[in-house]
Amino acid sequence: MIELHHLTKRYGDKLAVDDLSFRIPEGVVTGFLGPNGAGKSTTMRMILDLDRPTSGEVTIGGRRYAGIQDPLRQIGALLEAKAVHPGRTAYDHLLWLAQSNRVPRARVDEVLDLVGLTAVARKRARGFSLGMGQRLGIASALLADPQTLMFDEPVNGLDPEGILWIRNLMKRLASEGRTVFVSSHLMSEMALTADHLVVIGRGRLLADLPMAEFIKRNSRSSVRLRTPHQEQLLDALHGAGLRAEPGPDGAWEVVDGDPVVLGDLAAAHGVTLHELSPQQASLEEAFMQMTADSVEYHMGAAAPAPPPVWGAGWNDRKPGKES
Amino acid sequence: MAVFPAVAQSEWTKIRSVRSTVWSLVSVFLITVALGLAISLVARNNPTDFTEGGRPFDATAISFIGVGFGRLAIVVFGVLAVGNEYSSGMIRVSLAAVPQRGTLLAAKTAVLGALALAASLVTVFVAFFVGQAALGGGLSTSLGAENVLRAVVGTALYLTLLCLLSAGVTVMVRHQILALAILVPFILLISPILTLVPVVKDWIKYFPDQTGGAITQVVPTDDLPYGPWTGLLICAAWTAAALLGGYLVLKRRDA
Repeated sequence: MIELHHLTKRYGDKLAVDDLSFRIPEGVVTGFLGPNGAGKSTTMRMILDLDRPTSGEVTIGGRRYAGIQDPLRQIGALLEAKAVHPGRTAYDHLLWLAQSNRVPRARVDEVLDLVGLTAVARKRARGFSLGMGQRLGIASALLADPQTLMFDEPVNGLDPEGILWIRNLMKRLASEGRTVFVSSHLMSEMALTADHLVVIGRGRLLADLPMAEFIKRNSRSSVRLRTPHQEQLLDALHGAGLRAEPGPDGAWEVVDGDPVVLGDLAAAHGVTLHELSPQQASLEEAFMQMTADSVEYHMGAAAPAPPPVWGAGWNDRKPGKES
Repeated sequence: MAVFPAVAQSEWTKIRSVRSTVWSLVSVFLITVALGLAISLVARNNPTDFTEGGRPFDATAISFIGVGFGRLAIVVFGVLAVGNEYSSGMIRVSLAAVPQRGTLLAAKTAVLGALALAASLVTVFVAFFVGQAALGGGLSTSLGAENVLRAVVGTALYLTLLCLLSAGVTVMVRHQILALAILVPFILLISPILTLVPVVKDWIKYFPDQTGGAITQVVPTDDLPYGPWTGLLICAAWTAAALLGGYLVLKRRDA
């Protein structure tokens, strides 16, 4: 069980990770979400003891990462796609990793086969595409058959085929009962794979909840109505006890509305409809909304204002325009 | 805790599986032997050119002419073997696999030192015998002659220390080009130039190349305030300081 206790990382006067506490649930895929620069990679590096926290700590089964013997047998991680010496073959890269954690040599061929790199095993990594580099990184993570896997933005820069492959791999790992902790800046990607969500923004924890819960809270459905007879429509809705919110381009939206009821209502009142369409708010929007708020909040409260260039932005500094 | 033999075996795989490290070590041998051979052949035909200023003819020094350049190759080997982890970002993979940083550095140093020592010993003995053969019966010396065996073995130890010193500096600066930019002038350029400056002349004698170089000479060329073995010890102290500095940087800094 990986637990983060008040984890904080400060680079100079920049707070990269700010008092982060959560635990990674076991046996499921946890999506670690946040916009670029939210502190996801820094957090992952601190879990592996690569970066030292300014304060707080991470424990893995109650111990520090540095206290684990042959740690690759417990946690396999992919942090960077091409953290491989360009002049070394895929096989030799996996071989030295295996030897360092006393993993049998035969396992190298197994994982090469697993990620589909057997044909290029004896080729030097210099000639590898990003996708092949990613597969090699995943092979290193799987090498010692760990119970927990950690991937930092594994689909970044991959073609659709590569993305699909990673998605299926994560599902398979979870179906084997492994713990998968995967970061992404795309909610849409996580919605397809993750069972649990941890969202951070500006290094702070914004949400830590099951995926189903996030979807329930944030999947707002509505019906969009467009008509040349706005007054009549609003009167009709009001009469039926329904509340409409203004939508884009003069349209109106009825939250949790039923298109059948709304269509019948318009017909009954003789209102011509130019549009009657069910709307589903995307999870991506909900996620952007969640993190955008945090970014603004921190911009106002924590981040020091940059020194103004002389004369720059004079128009923004008029009274009443302070943010 | 990480198991030392396993980590050492993994470090050995790292070194042997990259061409640049293998070739830099092979070039130590080739450069040292080839130059020694060439100059020995020149000396065979013009022996008087090598006794100017009343100096005795030093057959060992002539066959070791190449060591000056072999030093450069072994410095490159030391820098590459450690520094390629930093240029490729692989250091984070290494530290995730072996988070006990002291063990990692110790294993690296042990493998690197053993390899450098083995290669240096082969290099100096081959350079010595090839050089003596080229000089011919009248001019050559033998291992049994005074101070010769000490100079031959000492040269191998000196090269090994330079290799480890380079590795230590590379771990400290965490960048192979930067490490070379510091080491090459420091070892090969600064002291020959600065020995001409009277004020610092006495200090320069304690630099790694000067202290370590003392043991390579059968006939001392400079008047040094220490003997050959003391000189080698001072050079070893420089190496230990560089490795300790590397250890502290590796231990404290974020990877």
